[in-house]
Amino acid sequence: MIGKTVRSAQLALLSAGFATLLSAGADDTFMLRGATVHTMSGAAIENGSVIVRNGKIIGVGKNLAVPKDVKVIDGKGLQVYPGMIDAATEVGLLEVNSVRETQDVAEIGKFNPQLVALTAVNPSSEHIPVTRFNGITTVATMPQGQVIGGQVSLMHLDGWTTDEMGVKPRAGLHLKMPAIQTPRGFGGDSGGDAGPAAARSSFAEAKRNLDKEIAELNQFFESAHRYKQAKEAKLPDFRTDLKLEAMLPIIEGKEPVMVTAVKEREIRDAITFAEKQQIKIILCDAVEAYKVTKEIKEHNIPVILGPMLSLPLNEDEGYDQAYSTPAALQKAGILFSLGTLEGKANLASRNLPFQAAQAVAFGLPHEDAMKAITKNAAEIWGVGDVMGTIEEGKWADLMVTDGDPLDARSQIKQLFIKGKVVDLSNKQKDLYEKYLNRP
Amino acid sequence: MKRFGILAALFGLAGMAFAADTAVLIQNATILTITNGTVKGSILLQGGKIAAIGDKVLAPPGAQVIDGAGKYVMPGIIDCHSHIMAEAINEGSVSVSSMVGIDDVLNPEDVAIYRALAGGVTTANILHGSANSIGGKTVVTKLRWGTSAEQMKFEGAMPGIKFALGENPKRAGAAAAFGATTTAPRYPATRMGVEDVIREAFNDAKAYQASLAQYKAKLAKNEPAIPPARDLKLEALVEVLEGKRFVHAHCYRQDEILMLLHVADDYGFKIRTLQHVLEGYKVAKEIAAHGAGASTFADWWAYKMEAQDAIPYNAAIMVRKGVLTSLNSDDAELMRHLDKEAAKTVKYGGLSETEALSLITINPAKQLAIDKRVGSLEVGKDADVLLYDGHPLSNFSKVEKVWIDGHEYFDRDQDMNGRSKKAIEKKALTEKAAPAGGGRGGQGFAAGGPNE
Repeated sequence: MIGKTVRSAQLALLSAGFATLLSAGADDTFMLRGATVHTMSGAAIENGSVIVRNGKIIGVGKNLAVPKDVKVIDGKGLQVYPGMIDAATEVGLLEVNSVRETQDVAEIGKFNPQLVALTAVNPSSEHIPVTRFNGITTVATMPQGQVIGGQVSLMHLDGWTTDEMGVKPRAGLHLKMPAIQTPRGFGGDSGGDAGPAAARSSFAEAKRNLDKEIAELNQFFESAHRYKQAKEAKLPDFRTDLKLEAMLPIIEGKEPVMVTAVKEREIRDAITFAEKQQIKIILCDAVEAYKVTKEIKEHNIPVILGPMLSLPLNEDEGYDQAYSTPAALQKAGILFSLGTLEGKANLASRNLPFQAAQAVAFGLPHEDAMKAITKNAAEIWGVGDVMGTIEEGKWADLMVTDGDPLDARSQIKQLFIKGKVVDLSNKQKDLYEKYLNRP
Repeated sequence: MKRFGILAALFGLAGMAFAADTAVLIQNATILTITNGTVKGSILLQGGKIAAIGDKVLAPPGAQVIDGAGKYVMPGIIDCHSHIMAEAINEGSVSVSSMVGIDDVLNPEDVAIYRALAGGVTTANILHGSANSIGGKTVVTKLRWGTSAEQMKFEGAMPGIKFALGENPKRAGAAAAFGATTTAPRYPATRMGVEDVIREAFNDAKAYQASLAQYKAKLAKNEPAIPPARDLKLEALVEVLEGKRFVHAHCYRQDEILMLLHVADDYGFKIRTLQHVLEGYKVAKEIAAHGAGASTFADWWAYKMEAQDAIPYNAAIMVRKGVLTSLNSDDAELMRHLDKEAAKTVKYGGLSETEALSLITINPAKQLAIDKRVGSLEVGKDADVLLYDGHPLSNFSKVEKVWIDGHEYFDRDQDMNGRSKKAIEKKALTEKAAPAGGGRGGQGFAAGGPNE
């Protein structure tokens, strides 16, 4: 954990409408009292309290005594939840999609395990304050690439520097499972005008390419094993290799690999690959996970789903396939969370709660939707001990709302990251106020 | 009425109730009329129209009665900017393409139509793309899934034309961006040039209009007259000058918005809607003064430079400053949840729930001048109606049924119940398509089949 003290936002900057509550949250020690506390680790506590000292939660419950050196914040009529976690996004790495100079998402080359997303995060990105305005306190930001894009970084959406923002800079390796690439007809799945025979031959060729790519991937992992042996044997001509060095925690099972595997074939390939290489994986953007629930459950693999608000992959699928996949995973007992995969569809990380809500409309219990974007995300990224629920000993990453945070009509009234009040202003709100008042 | 319905079906006329459509009475529902408040009670759809709304409405003989307890009814959603069912989007080889029209390339079998219906959209304005300063002609449609391209057209709706300002039309090397083989740069390359292209086109259109008028005047006086050569490109622009064709202008920045309003004022026509208009909030006063409508996104931003100052409060500011405002999709995916996009305007900018729903119903109806027919639940209007399992602005609600002209085009239960049958059919077809010998050879076809 690199995270150091996070700055306290200046209270003067915060909206006047919430002055009473804000004036009490001047530092990272306080008691939030009289709110409904949704701990995500148990039942909601009506008229409950959360006591925070030095950024950590030291008490949660009903009728708690006020410690004598602690300020009290009145939470009457408000709801308290853990801050939300976007389990896969590109926040900080991408400012303007169409401007190359503002992108630090994808490097050149097939295997880049040595790259770390946090390195390229711009703490001044406008996306950071815009995203946390909707209650998101932490994101897993990820590099993209041809095969191994680099290391996913878990970071708080607050901090003067990347050092201060970083929660777990090397949270896992992002691997894009090689996929079958076949020529497509315009707007459809047919092999163009060439007919089934050409489709068969191009499929066979594509399959050969796929097998080759998977073989290359296995070779890369095997070279990491040989590197490890050479290093441990202290061979005289041993030389540090930055790429293979970065692979050691992966092949030793200390760090997971987040495998982007969209279709059934890629998901099955990913499971086979993980077994062969004896690595821990997290499936990401697993659109067709609903077809492989049995195997995913058997292997105890967690899943990060992409945006719920997505079109079906195939023309003949149910219109609501993406909406109903979370409910299918929940029924199968699979641990899952959600990622907005921002660059994928111009969907902003700030819409994470509404993505979750769409799954509720199509059968996912509300509590499971909230857990997906709090508790589950923290557990999947290996930080369940410090965030994701409101429990003693965890950081006070808290979201205070006037209603259900999954409903777009609710407002985030206040946000705490490590117990510090977070500035909810942003460029968009500033422009709103400026131009609303244009004479 | 019923007899007329049969005739309509026989002759394939769109816009009429299907002969087989029985009346539908939804009872005990919360009815969001949009224009006349909320009614707890019943709504009757009969003969393709809304026949009654009230506390108690008697079911006509043979009517389908639906218990709407706990459910919500609202008018069909109107999307003022879509490209679904268009087989081609941009005639990008020239920067003035007013001679082409999207109504010639409608594909009524585009599955996006059905998906949009499932999200509550009943009417969509189908536009040409934004590659050209003056793009192609546009067409208003009703999503009558299962009918023909001709029957999709919203009968009597004013035709339109797409204009586009800013980055898209000026994009250097536009030819390459839109797939042409030529590498020659296409004028314009700046916002100045975009203005010029539009002015030049209307300069020509004025001259064409004058020569037509001259010809007609001679004819009226029985003088010998030779008609001017017909110019299909300028014809559409003359229609704009004469108020017979609406201008829907793609724009982002405030400078280009003002530019277009000035050009329109100079040539004496109106901009019907500004599309996207992400900086509309900066010049809302000027937009309102011109009388243009604004059709924007709820919260899209950051996808290009000209979307950098986009704010999710845009719709709210424009509404507050008197601009007739709507939310649109421009996207087959976003189109499926315009209701949830509308909900965001409650969060950002504090619109009331009725104001928010107006952004996707009555306001776009007014922008397209089809508000006498659709956009609200009023007796006599088209029975374009949605049934929800909860409040349409709640993120936990979904569309259960959709009627257009009183005909049911979407029913969630029916969709769900039909899936197993479709799966069996698909399996049979896949097996049939597998080459002789079967076995793994069957995977060959899978390249174009279900899993790829």
